[in-house]
Amino acid sequence: MTFLTLTSLRKQYGSVAALDGVDLSVTAGSRTAIVGPSGCGKTTLLRLVAGFDAPDEGCIVFAGQQLADARSQVPAHKRGIGIVAQDGCLFPHLTIRQNIGFGLEAEASVKNARIAQLMDMVGLDPAMLARKPDQLSGGQQQRVALARALARKPRLMLLDEPFSALDTGLRAATRKAVTDVLTAAGITTLLVTHDQGEALAFADQVAVMRAGKFAQVGSPREVYSRPVDVATAAFLGEAIVLPAEVADGRAQSPLGVLPVDDIAYRGKAEIMLRPEQITVAQNGGDGVFATVAEINFCGPISDVRITLGDAFTFRIDISSRETLSAGDRVTIGVAGAAHLFR
Amino acid sequence: MTSTTETRITIAPRARLPAASSWTLTIAVVVALLALLPLGFVLWATVVTGWETALQLIFRSRVGDLLVNTVLLVVLTIPICAVLGVSLAWLTERSDLPGARFWSWLCVTPLAVPAFVHSYAWIGLWPGFNGLPAGVAISVVAYFPFLYLPLSAAFRLLDPALEDQAASLGLAPFAVFRRVVLPQLRLALCGGALLVGLHLLAEYGLFAMIRFDTFTTAIIDQFQSTYNGVAAYMLALVLVLCCFVLLGLEASLRGRSRYARLGPGVARRPKIARLGKWKYVALLLPAVTAAFALGVPVLTLSRWLIAGGAGVWRLDEVGLALWQTLAICLIGGLATTAAAVPIAWLSVRRPTRASRFLEGCYYLASSMPGVVVALALVTITVRAMLPLYQSVATIVLAYVVMFLPRALVSLRASIAQVPVEIEQAAASLGRSPGNALLATTIRLAAPGAAAGVALSSLGIMNELTATQMLAPNGTRTLAMAFWALTGEIDYAGAAPYAVLMVAFSLPLTFLLHHQSKKIAGR
Repeated sequence: MTFLTLTSLRKQYGSVAALDGVDLSVTAGSRTAIVGPSGCGKTTLLRLVAGFDAPDEGCIVFAGQQLADARSQVPAHKRGIGIVAQDGCLFPHLTIRQNIGFGLEAEASVKNARIAQLMDMVGLDPAMLARKPDQLSGGQQQRVALARALARKPRLMLLDEPFSALDTGLRAATRKAVTDVLTAAGITTLLVTHDQGEALAFADQVAVMRAGKFAQVGSPREVYSRPVDVATAAFLGEAIVLPAEVADGRAQSPLGVLPVDDIAYRGKAEIMLRPEQITVAQNGGDGVFATVAEINFCGPISDVRITLGDAFTFRIDISSRETLSAGDRVTIGVAGAAHLFR
Repeated sequence: MTSTTETRITIAPRARLPAASSWTLTIAVVVALLALLPLGFVLWATVVTGWETALQLIFRSRVGDLLVNTVLLVVLTIPICAVLGVSLAWLTERSDLPGARFWSWLCVTPLAVPAFVHSYAWIGLWPGFNGLPAGVAISVVAYFPFLYLPLSAAFRLLDPALEDQAASLGLAPFAVFRRVVLPQLRLALCGGALLVGLHLLAEYGLFAMIRFDTFTTAIIDQFQSTYNGVAAYMLALVLVLCCFVLLGLEASLRGRSRYARLGPGVARRPKIARLGKWKYVALLLPAVTAAFALGVPVLTLSRWLIAGGAGVWRLDEVGLALWQTLAICLIGGLATTAAAVPIAWLSVRRPTRASRFLEGCYYLASSMPGVVVALALVTITVRAMLPLYQSVATIVLAYVVMFLPRALVSLRASIAQVPVEIEQAAASLGRSPGNALLATTIRLAAPGAAAGVALSSLGIMNELTATQMLAPNGTRTLAMAFWALTGEIDYAGAAPYAVLMVAFSLPLTFLLHHQSKKIAGR
């Protein structure tokens, strides 16, 4: 069931088109991630859905109600949409208790019970309730921001890069906690991020955004392994792109004859492999021969540059347990089908 | 493993306090003691008077009347100024009011008109206007910029993301303003209201001209009739207590909270509210304010200038007054800024409990009304150091006491912008600590020092009370000449002096406005 529908949204700031015709539908209870480099318009999209800005064109329909088009908008405070911003955006003049209870309208006892329940939900110690936001760590501030947004039982939750200000270790833990809370509450979620790993790990549906448009929308697995173009492929992770001659679902490429995921196509094309499909073997085995041109030790893995004759070169991370050195002859094996860009 | 090196690194800068800082501290303490002289004098006078006489002089109906006048004046003026300040700041900073920048300048310009010139202008138009209503009305137009300035700076600094967030939590626009915007304006409101309150307590000319009695006018009456009456000291004591009440109220309302925005990054530009069809109604507020705060002085002054013709410009007298005023402003401004250098440097480079306490002493001393400062210095010099009575040194000390925080604020901001590494580099190149300070930080902080001189000069130019009581014999500044002439009901003759004061204050006022914008980061 479609819960949120965006139809050809456009938004112009001066001469720059922040959103250049965006369509998206989100089903109830799902998690959607919008991922793209900074400045691609993803935060603008979120601000339009939240009601902080108005679109120039297009419309937003939410739970059967039209929220915004070019002429009229439902103001932010009447939308019932929660948002957690990048830096938490806690009110600095209020305590944690007052922050969480900010949007609650109830008598004191009901309110306090609800606040205690929310603190428990986001995994924070109730002793923190009397503190001010600047006495909390970044991760704790984000949890408070989530609790504050959850307090009003929103039907849709917007997350605007809520984890990017956190340290690497804390980021994964906070993301897990937030995902669990939102899943348990069954709240439809829209996440905006520039971190492709975060988007793929978080969402049921990923929308890859570039220059104000969606390049591709699909499941995480689909956009990762079957990207629409080279740029999308490279944005979502390491990609080894090869020239090939394709016929009958098989591609003649520098890495030998590879199966491709498109049996209809014939002719010249570019195909893509993800690094995890490739094995580098030192002592023979199936595959094509290649040379290690350069190797950089990085701890658990080593960054290796491999050349196939003069024609083709690519980089790949391999386990540091392999004792390779520059100039070694290796065999390159490929598992699974290559993806073909039409 | 790394802990030892880390400890060494953090301790190193503190291990050796440069000799310069102990000297600086000594000078700062001496200046603080001098600044606290008036306050100490009032306490001493109370003790010497003895409890019985003191109580007799304090608990009498005259003091009660003055107290009622003062409380009513403060209680009526500050809220009106606050509402006016918030409305004007919101209109000029956060709405699409036509000509917002122009109105913003006009909202600061009344500061260039001395309070007693405002008064003169009003009674020039409405000779019968006096008492409490006149006191409140004229005080509002003369002092609301003290609230407008910090409030408009605070509006510029607000993070609009907080307002968006509040809207997403279900708050309607007015509720957002009440629950998110207003609390964040609290510091600016408290600071501005305190400044207005202290000015109300200290002002003499404004209220004397409309025959509204306050403690300050009563002390001067007393002083002029009996010269050193104990009664004047006791009035001064009550006035000082009133100041303490204001300071205490402000401190308790301000709280200790930090209002800076949390988290990294730069705040988005504030959203501008669309006034739509209300645009023209909204224009009425700044227009009416400007009409009263600027139109009235301009109208009265030009009327008297036209009536007086060329005859009122007695060039010898006006020229002499102008020359004396500029000289005393420059000497006072330089002395005030020089006196502020040690504490400004200490509070930036060595922010310890002691330096914070010292800074507090300066602010406390400067919140004493000019009449108290003057009364104290007159009595002390007459009794103990007669050669210093009505000397340039004494009046300059009074200005230092009264205006040091103005210089301190600008100096501190510009010293904070000079990286300490530059000072250390000079030291590593063989300069002694004091020499290094002079060659680097002080040199680079020169623009801030210049602003400090300008802002304290602005205060000195428009100061009447202390100047009148302390000025050396034969001195006749613009303010003094203006006051003497209005006292003789020669309103036309007084007009040129007022015009000159305004003309010289205008650029300094604009500097003040510019600086407040700079401090706000725009």
